[in-house]
Amino acid sequence: MIGPEEGVMQSRAQAMAAILELMTDQPLIVCNGFPSREACKLRDRDQNFYMIGSMGATAGIGLGLALARPGKTVVVFDGDGNVLMSLGTLATIGALKPKNLIHVVFDNEVYGTTGNQPTYSRVVGLDKMAKAAGYLNVERVWEREDIVYEFKSMLGEEGPSFLLVKVNEQLEEADRIALAPAELTKRFKGSVS
Amino acid sequence: MLEADDFVKGLQGIGFDFFTGVPDTILGGIIAHLTEERLYTPAVREDEAVAMAAGAYLGGKIPAVLMQNSGLGNALNVLASLNLIYQIPCLLLVSWRGFEGKDAPEHLVMGETMTKLLDTVRIPHRTLSGETIVEDLQWTAKTFMEKRIPVALLLKKGIVKTIQP
Repeated sequence: MIGPEEGVMQSRAQAMAAILELMTDQPLIVCNGFPSREACKLRDRDQNFYMIGSMGATAGIGLGLALARPGKTVVVFDGDGNVLMSLGTLATIGALKPKNLIHVVFDNEVYGTTGNQPTYSRVVGLDKMAKAAGYLNVERVWEREDIVYEFKSMLGEEGPSFLLVKVNEQLEEADRIALAPAELTKRFKGSVS
Repeated sequence: MLEADDFVKGLQGIGFDFFTGVPDTILGGIIAHLTEERLYTPAVREDEAVAMAAGAYLGGKIPAVLMQNSGLGNALNVLASLNLIYQIPCLLLVSWRGFEGKDAPEHLVMGETMTKLLDTVRIPHRTLSGETIVEDLQWTAKTFMEKRIPVALLLKKGIVKTIQP
């Protein structure tokens, strides 16, 4: 998909892989549905917390973790449907301004896990909402090199940061998360302590 | 009637060190004290508060979420599809609006059905009273540690001092 402004749009898995490659020991919260499955397939690590339910809660969990562990940079992998479900959390993050939070939103403009029903992110700019809410660094990217450049910058900047990654609707074939939820809790909690 | 600062000291005494939530008049005194002590992080919705508490727990904190019982409805999905299955505990400090039908109409249904709702989703709960506060807090700490799921302390009007709105 090539447009004059949009450049080459990645699949979410491609975009996710580009960011995962840049991560070292940062804790990562991944939203429910295919994003969690894709992240698990691409680069499973103890510091990954995969949500299987509680849609809308991703950024809230990341925020709580960022407040509890100010010395660690917390990364959130979110989706447009998830963000739209809890828009209030943009305000909470924008107001509290945790310096150590990077909120990455893979925006495919659909509820991809349930059959590509359109979301409102096609017409409502989530990056503009994040900016208005008070996030300090806000970027919208399409291409791999921009994804890498902006995420690297955000790792070195004081947040909260919001990276809106416009992706296509393609899903990566990926199994459900094999670890039981309670095991994920133990594994993740152990990795951040 | 319990002083808000004594009650907060009691909660801190059993380990709670992260407080978030959405206000209610019954909880006003507690929130005022927590805010004064810089211990309280306001949330905009109860499900967001529960999610923040979950993140704080994953980061090593012992979290408590304050809410009016109407907010239990907002929080239910996160409690059911995050906390209960991932064994992520928190204390739910829930004000019991609509107790015995003596409240504004919007509180009556939840006021009557709250304990049944908590039983149905298998969230252990106990109603706080001034006489049994020590046992109530011991029960809270024990249930939290053993079950690793949300536990609810229900707070009726007139148990902990509040502020006039």
